[in-house]
Amino acid sequence: MRHLLSTSDLTYTQAIRILDTAAEMARISEGPVKKLPTLRGRTIVNLFFEDSTRTRISFEAAAKRLSADVINFSAKGSSASKGESLKDTAQTLQAMGADAVILRHSASGAAQRLANSHWTSGSVINAGDGTHEHPTQALLDAFTIRQHLRVGTGDLRGLTIAIVGDILHSRVARSDVHLLSLLGAQVILVAPPTLLPIGASTWPVQISYDFDSVLPLVDAVMMLRVQQERMSDFFFPTAREYSHYYGLNADRLKKMKPTAIIMHPGPMNRGLEITAECADSARSVILEQVTNGVSVRMAVLYLLLAGAPSEDGEITQ
Amino acid sequence: MSVALPAVDIARALTRIAHEILERNGGPDSIVLMGIPTRGAFLASRLAALIAGIEGREIPVGTLDITLHRDDLRLRPLRALVPTMTPLGGIEGRNVVLVDDVLFSGRTIRAALDALGEMGRPKTVQLAALVDRGHRELPIRADYVGKNLPTSKGQAVKVHLSEIDGVDEVLVENVEV
Repeated sequence: MRHLLSTSDLTYTQAIRILDTAAEMARISEGPVKKLPTLRGRTIVNLFFEDSTRTRISFEAAAKRLSADVINFSAKGSSASKGESLKDTAQTLQAMGADAVILRHSASGAAQRLANSHWTSGSVINAGDGTHEHPTQALLDAFTIRQHLRVGTGDLRGLTIAIVGDILHSRVARSDVHLLSLLGAQVILVAPPTLLPIGASTWPVQISYDFDSVLPLVDAVMMLRVQQERMSDFFFPTAREYSHYYGLNADRLKKMKPTAIIMHPGPMNRGLEITAECADSARSVILEQVTNGVSVRMAVLYLLLAGAPSEDGEITQ
Repeated sequence: MSVALPAVDIARALTRIAHEILERNGGPDSIVLMGIPTRGAFLASRLAALIAGIEGREIPVGTLDITLHRDDLRLRPLRALVPTMTPLGGIEGRNVVLVDDVLFSGRTIRAALDALGEMGRPKTVQLAALVDRGHRELPIRADYVGKNLPTSKGQAVKVHLSEIDGVDEVLVENVEV
């Protein structure tokens, strides 16, 4: 593996390896000394053309725990706001010697473009590109589910997971669908027809428009944020109606299996897709997802950057 | 390829090391064994069983993955991580005995010392190796050695253990012709 652009590029073995490595990283993060010398002398650039809190901080924490040097670049307050292109920005970073670029961009496919170009020789990690993919989020979701429902090892065979809400604008949903089904889970998408992308019927998922009938079946329910900033059109009549049909509330919580967990990639619109009561309930693993994000990103950085460059990128024992 | 240490010699060496560890530390009370995966971990379990047999009580055993502390990560293909298991009661203030199969350049042990520091501050750290083949690149020595095996750098020393290789033996191979 040289880049991490999409969860659909991952093989089953690679996905399991990332999760297993993340489990070791999590163990270290619980110890008294949360710092490893592994990536000392490597430079990692956080190249963020879109706003982000947790992803950028999470990558920064992961890189710093592995002793890499981190350069944060956000489009605001940089030459990108003066109209500098992705190409020029990437070449500038290359000239400064970046070993890896963590890219978030509003254009779908931006990470792929950067990886295919010769603008940078480093590894490219996709931290969200438009409405396309957000692979590290899916990996941390899978890791969290595995910790809770599969005692932290193996895959997700036999589990049913509902992804609920704004699938159309969600890169998290796309990455999750690929990864969770690769790991053997059954995914059910629950959304109003207007918020399902064209072509979702070809994905390896079931589709439902009725949240209440799905609830008793699932082991985990993943609520998605309604991405109002990407909505140039009206996708549902009112926020109240959306909450009524697709929001997670106390009544729906009662219909879930007693072991089922509640997830959300954040940031949450409390009161819209999820009530505060559900977000803060004992079933919610939303904050654990954030903690696990650091471990998963440490694993990805380790697997992409630690070894000597090799042709096939395969791993030795 | 020649057998430098057959199964019976390995068993004798481990028994002797178990006695030496007890002697040096004045009994089993403060001892913690930390095996370095893969084969060092099996050797640590064997030593623990031998010590339990002698003293009639269990001593804590753990494993210590040193991959993330290696200084040659960029020179070699990527390595998979193996689980580290903290021994019961931790290592704080204990006499920790690192256990590895072959002592060679000493770089693994240097990495292990760093990895231990992440877990706590032991009272002492000692080193047990089944085979010491020489060619140290760092000022490191073993406290307990199964067998000193003079080798040239062109040779490879392979330790096979019944837990994963089906047989107990130490082999010396000529790699460069």
